[in-house]
Amino acid sequence: MSNSSEALFNFCLRLGDSNLILGHRLSEWCGHAPILEEDMALMNVALDLLGQTRVLLTYAGEVEGKGRDEDKLAYHRDTFDFKNVQLVEQPNGDFAETLARQCFFDNYHYLLLEKLSVSSDQTLRDHANKALKEVRYHCQHSGEWIVRLGDGTEESHRRMQDAINETWCFTGELFTDTAEDRELAEAGVVALPSSLKDGWNKQLSAILSEATLERPEDVPVPAMGKAGAHSEHLGYLLAEMQFLQRSYPDATW
Amino acid sequence: MVTDQVSIKQKAVWAALQTVMDPEIPIVSVCDLGIVRDVDEEEVIITPTYSGCPATEMIGLDIRMALDKAGFDDVKVRTSTSPPWTTDWITPKGREKLIEAGIAPPVQSSGSKQGLFSDKPNIPCPLCQSTNTILVSQFGSTACKALYKCGDCLEPFDYFKCI
Ligand SMILES: [Zn+2]
Repeated sequence: MSNSSEALFNFCLRLGDSNLILGHRLSEWCGHAPILEEDMALMNVALDLLGQTRVLLTYAGEVEGKGRDEDKLAYHRDTFDFKNVQLVEQPNGDFAETLARQCFFDNYHYLLLEKLSVSSDQTLRDHANKALKEVRYHCQHSGEWIVRLGDGTEESHRRMQDAINETWCFTGELFTDTAEDRELAEAGVVALPSSLKDGWNKQLSAILSEATLERPEDVPVPAMGKAGAHSEHLGYLLAEMQFLQRSYPDATW
Repeated sequence: MVTDQVSIKQKAVWAALQTVMDPEIPIVSVCDLGIVRDVDEEEVIITPTYSGCPATEMIGLDIRMALDKAGFDDVKVRTSTSPPWTTDWITPKGREKLIEAGIAPPVQSSGSKQGLFSDKPNIPCPLCQSTNTILVSQFGSTACKALYKCGDCLEPFDYFKCI
């Protein structure tokens, strides 16, 4: 692969893997959500993310040109080859932690897709224009829950604030530029991650203030998931998600 | 006259497609939902509603079978995602059928872009037409629907969201 197609391949993995891992995490709530309506909502969001993953991983495989399809990329890679941001691999915790993670990602995802909707790359542009319609509803869903729980009872407020505080340290990575990000920005493929930060801060401030929650202080960015450095949680998640393909390679049914 | 033949074939293909129903709302055809985007003498272009819609593959298969059954095994089925599907493409007949199925059709044009925290539109109950309705969940039985409840007849109902 040339440098530019390698950067594009990695970008598709970064967004595709983030969608895939977050979708898998949400699907762990199936049958366990606090209320039936929420069980369905989380599964619908997971399904949207999975559908979007298929587009991105399929395209990644085409850009790479080694004959890997969406399934090969999802099931036949190991932890260090995954490029998802660390935020999305964090365990579900309680419902508040799931929502903090979701709200941080949804708002970032929306702003990223807005930039991608005018990309010089046609496949990514088409993908973004479709996905934006779906992610708008994800943002509404997670944002409204943060407000409901933050501005709710004493206990829901405390637990929502704890969740925001615990999860905040993983948001720095979303806006950190790498050499590849700069290359892609120059080629007009997608704007720099750092350029999304003001918009994200604005949206989060609006949500947190309506929810009567405090915005935590920014902290130094830990190791970067998008460079392949992950927390121990991802290995357990992959062990479960990839079990069948690891035990019975290329099994179909 | 070649052009006449072409249009006859196109009409016949459209007619065959009218018999293909959405697997999740089986009284509305895939044409009335705007899933069939275009038909020419060589191919039928279809578009998925949502990226993760699990019915997409089944709809493609149902369309293939309807074409084969009508003798159009030379007509290909192609999926296109650009421009993305919008609820604006649901036909007036499709909207009527949705109400018949107890599903409130989308009330706004997708062009009227709502903000992330804009006011929710007022959705009339498909059963008693009351506008005294409340949103229960932004995600109903499928990603394309939200769950509402009527304050007058007290029935829960699905609303086909605008996208
Ligand atoms: Zn009613």
